[in-house]
Amino acid sequence: MKFEFDIVDGDFAKAGTASSQVKHLLKQLNVDTKIIKKTTVAIYEAEVNVVAHAIGGGKLLADINLERIVVEVVDEGPGIEDIARAMEVGFSTASPQVISMGFGAGMGLPNMRKNSDELEVISDVSGGTRVVITNYLVA
Amino acid sequence: MKITEITTLLGGHIVCGKARAYISVQYGFAADLLSDILTLETEGILVITGLCTLQTIRTAEMAEIDCVVIARGKKVSPAMKDLADRTGVILIEADCSVFKASGILYASGLQPIY
Ligand SMILES: Nc1ncnc2c1ncn2[C@@H]1O[C@H](COP(=O)(O)OP(=O)(O)OP(=O)(O)O)[C@@H](O)[C@H]1O
Ligand SMILES: [Mg+2]
Repeated sequence: MKFEFDIVDGDFAKAGTASSQVKHLLKQLNVDTKIIKKTTVAIYEAEVNVVAHAIGGGKLLADINLERIVVEVVDEGPGIEDIARAMEVGFSTASPQVISMGFGAGMGLPNMRKNSDELEVISDVSGGTRVVITNYLVA
Repeated sequence: MKITEITTLLGGHIVCGKARAYISVQYGFAADLLSDILTLETEGILVITGLCTLQTIRTAEMAEIDCVVIARGKKVSPAMKDLADRTGVILIEADCSVFKASGILYASGLQPIY
């Protein structure tokens, strides 16, 4: 099953709606609650990053079968200059507005790594960022 | 500790999820950073925060937090209420600071996660 959701940049009121819908889908499929939680947390962090850091928004694409879920969160820039650095706990370029919303601790990417079975972050400053989270659905 | 008991101890009031206030939580956590809340792996958590935004509720939904105490007398917005009602997050408004709410609940036996 494939699903596609739009992510609007800068719109913190809507941030999380895509992740919330994926969470509901996993619940309907009776996936183990621990796996649902870690998957939701990982994709929510990725979704919030598009709202917080990307210009022009992005998309969340979910591909679910009985064994695994693959979620791709893509945007069109500005991209991440140094991915290794961005993966470090505490590294953040968040704006004051993002910080006032309760984000910008530089914990999102490390948190995504912790909560995904496989994590791929592809980014460059001329294109955009693509985060691919794969989680296995059988406990 | 029962949510009803917690509400009384804090002198607060339940703004969402009254019908579920008979449930108990075992752990308390205080945070104003949403990513901190998203690192928690335990179940049965109550979060105390001064961050009164829609994203606070969204984060509680994602992290499966049972109950959120909005401290420092901040008022929950209609959009926050609506989201909390839809996602089943119990919301409490309390006038005291995050520090005081944490102190009261810790002293009354609500456990820290770590
Ligand atoms: N989609 C993205 N586009 C551009 N830059 C990004 C993107 N995602 C992450 N980054 C960069 O990587 C940094 C670290 O991201 P991370 O999610 O770990 O922390 P944060 O978003 O700044 O704060 P937190 O997630 O704790 O709220 C960001 O501050 C930003 O510079
Ligand atoms: Mg982030």
